[in-house]
Amino acid sequence: MFDLILPLLLTFVSLWGLRQKEDVYSHFLAGAEDGIRTLFGIAPSLILLLTAVGMMRESGGFDLLSNLFAPVLGFFKIPAETAPLLLIRPFSGSAALAVGTELMVTHGVDSLIGKTAAVMLGSTETTFYAISVYFGATGVKKTRYAIPAALTADAVGFFTAALTARFLA
Amino acid sequence: MALSYFFTALLCLSLISAVITGQTASLAPAMLRGAQQGAELLFSMAGALCLWSGLSSAMEKTGLSEKLQKVLRPLLGRIFPQTAKDSVAMGYLCGNFTANLLGLGNAATPMGIRAIRQMSKSAPKNTASHEMCRLIVLNTASVQLIPATVCALRASLGAENPFAILPAVWVSSLLSASAGVMMTFLWEKMSHV
Repeated sequence: MFDLILPLLLTFVSLWGLRQKEDVYSHFLAGAEDGIRTLFGIAPSLILLLTAVGMMRESGGFDLLSNLFAPVLGFFKIPAETAPLLLIRPFSGSAALAVGTELMVTHGVDSLIGKTAAVMLGSTETTFYAISVYFGATGVKKTRYAIPAALTADAVGFFTAALTARFLA
Repeated sequence: MALSYFFTALLCLSLISAVITGQTASLAPAMLRGAQQGAELLFSMAGALCLWSGLSSAMEKTGLSEKLQKVLRPLLGRIFPQTAKDSVAMGYLCGNFTANLLGLGNAATPMGIRAIRQMSKSAPKNTASHEMCRLIVLNTASVQLIPATVCALRASLGAENPFAILPAVWVSSLLSASAGVMMTFLWEKMSHV
């Protein structure tokens, strides 16, 4: 059943669009163009960051970092290898994507670490970026508990990502 | 600016660890390989990313996302009782949440900004109201049905089923968002005492 969800969704949206007498194909097209724009938007950043991240891996820098955080992460049953990803995730989306890619390539995309990294990337956001955008737009100076609350959500997200990734087939 | 520090820190750390671990010879090739990998990755992600962006945009323009908004409105009204009284702010808020859910990042942020601006009108000056904090927590917790970029990334790296991670992503997002929202309610309670 789960296998068919996405193909069904795609078909359903097309049929629904036709029933609404909408030019649904051109809507798909406009969105695909958006996708290209997103891709070009992240391209320079991803290339530069993967350079730095690749150097970190080869030099053993990531291993040092992981060993440093292994005791804390081990307590929560989070793979220590994901330490660099946890550290950068709240600050930069493209850097997190680069670090996550690195984890998937090094350990295998369908390995436990690879899947954990993917679930972490998919279920958390660039917290500090969002906070600065939203509070910047309103000129709020007293942010009260927004940052600790958002970081709590991130921490819970990382923990459950590591937990749920274990149950994936 | 933050990325400048991050980038430089990575380079410095790499150099230092290369010297410590004796991996100095592999650093220059790693540099080029990383950049190369970035370019290849982008190329192979293009298909999946465009497909999902297309689907999301079709859902938006054929009125499906509006239907979804109506379904979600009562639920959001419970989380944002104050905002629910202001139909303009509530409209933006529902739009923001739905766009996030469908992975329409480009639509979600402007909608969220309009929502929080409207909400700030009834908040003390320069101060975040409880519900403004809650909106931010919901936006930082990534409540998303299909994380398109990650799935595209998995596809490009040859995952057996790029979408296999979805159930885990849903559970994690739901739990993390709930934890964040619960924190804001807890704080609100405590600050009233």
